[in-house]
Amino acid sequence: MSAIGFTPEVTAALIAAVKAVVILLGLVVTAAMLIWVERRLLGLWQDRYGPNRVGWFGLLQVVADMIKIFFKEDWTPPFVDKAAFWIAPMVAMSTFLLAFVLVPVAPGWGVAPDLNIGILLFLALAALAVYAVMLGGWSSNSKYALLGALRSAAQMVSYEVFMGLAVMGVVMKAGSFALSDIVAAQRHGWFILPQFLGFCTFFVAGIAATHRAPFDLPEAEQELAAGYHTEYSGMKFGMFFVAEYVGVVLVSALLATLFLGGWLGPGADRWPLLGFVYFSIKTFFFIMLFILLRAALPRPRYDQVMDGGWKFCLPVTLINLLGTAAFVLARQGG
Amino acid sequence: MEFAFDLSAAVAVIATLLAISSLDPVHALLYLIVSLLAVAMVFFAIGAPFAGILEVIVYAGAIMVLFVFVVMMLNLGRAAVEQERRWLTPRVWAGPAVLALVLLAELLHVLGRMPAAAGIGEGTIGARAVGAALFGPYLLAVELGSMLLLAALVAAFHLGRNE
Repeated sequence: MSAIGFTPEVTAALIAAVKAVVILLGLVVTAAMLIWVERRLLGLWQDRYGPNRVGWFGLLQVVADMIKIFFKEDWTPPFVDKAAFWIAPMVAMSTFLLAFVLVPVAPGWGVAPDLNIGILLFLALAALAVYAVMLGGWSSNSKYALLGALRSAAQMVSYEVFMGLAVMGVVMKAGSFALSDIVAAQRHGWFILPQFLGFCTFFVAGIAATHRAPFDLPEAEQELAAGYHTEYSGMKFGMFFVAEYVGVVLVSALLATLFLGGWLGPGADRWPLLGFVYFSIKTFFFIMLFILLRAALPRPRYDQVMDGGWKFCLPVTLINLLGTAAFVLARQGG
Repeated sequence: MEFAFDLSAAVAVIATLLAISSLDPVHALLYLIVSLLAVAMVFFAIGAPFAGILEVIVYAGAIMVLFVFVVMMLNLGRAAVEQERRWLTPRVWAGPAVLALVLLAELLHVLGRMPAAAGIGEGTIGARAVGAALFGPYLLAVELGSMLLLAALVAAFHLGRNE
């Protein structure tokens, strides 16, 4: 590179930018492919075929869907609040995409895994993601959308409270918010065993944050049409739709990084590519779990969702936090 | 980092002015959220990332969500915008604006006479330093604050109870 006349700083910045673009493209393509993966897997588990006509095993179904959605009329209904109606899908997509900068996908690969506020940035962006649903629902000016948005706001705010508390056990054990430090702290054992309660509650909160089944009350089809994005069409709907899958990939990647050691595995330090393979396998395991939950579980009532969050998960995370703090202090003192 | 500080401070001031003068309540809240995010950016620029991210999580992410939630439930439509337009006449805002301008001039005067402090962006105050300060010299304030919050929680629980 120096032959062209770049200073080392510029070269480093260029390499970092290329890496970031590769990760971004990989993330968006994975999220889009998940639409097909989910439909095929749901078909498999429900004893039917799913989409298998377009391309090999229906693989080109995603391409066909994308072409359709790009060329569809992007209609803004006359009764909506235009500014908020346009901002909402952008917020939905960008918050989840932005949070992926934290994830170390392989040793030395990742946009900002060493960020000192680390996991707090994810919590902040998950909190801002609520605005996508609320603004989308409010600006649509229709009753289904508004009801969906109200439900979603209450659900997401309740579940974010203990989502933050659930990861604090991991932060205490690693002694850092940065995800690269959290991965490094798991060299002698993954955090899923000592932090099992934290893992369970973070998983539940992660499903609620992406409002996937069984926490899909904001868009419960039988009661609310499509919930907050009832009035959306074309690519704006597409952004909500893909943002959900980006959220699934993001939460799965975070679960793998926080509790299953991220890219750690035998030989990963020598061959970074192997580290990426380990990371992908762990992430895909959680993505499968997300889809299996959707295939297997019925949707709870709204009051059951709220009770489950405040009366069960919140106390569990508090007990986990106290126990972890006592354990960490006892080991430091002794 | 002074450039980042100036830029985000300017965004914060403009967004706050728009939040006050905006006629639509939800648009005003959106400007207020932008203002809070800009203030968080100011914290990042002066080397306090922990304070900055807490500003986003607590103010922009939790408190403002409740504001938007309540405004959504009030079902304010065109009528509210019309009412706001009738209320927001120069006769109403001219007096407070002049008084606030006097205070602003005073503030600028005082700031101009202060000795130049250490440049911004020197040193970072992380979570560890904030925690040590909160549970060291400011322990009493933290405990009093937590008692106040507990009282509010008990009161909210009492009001929300089904009899």
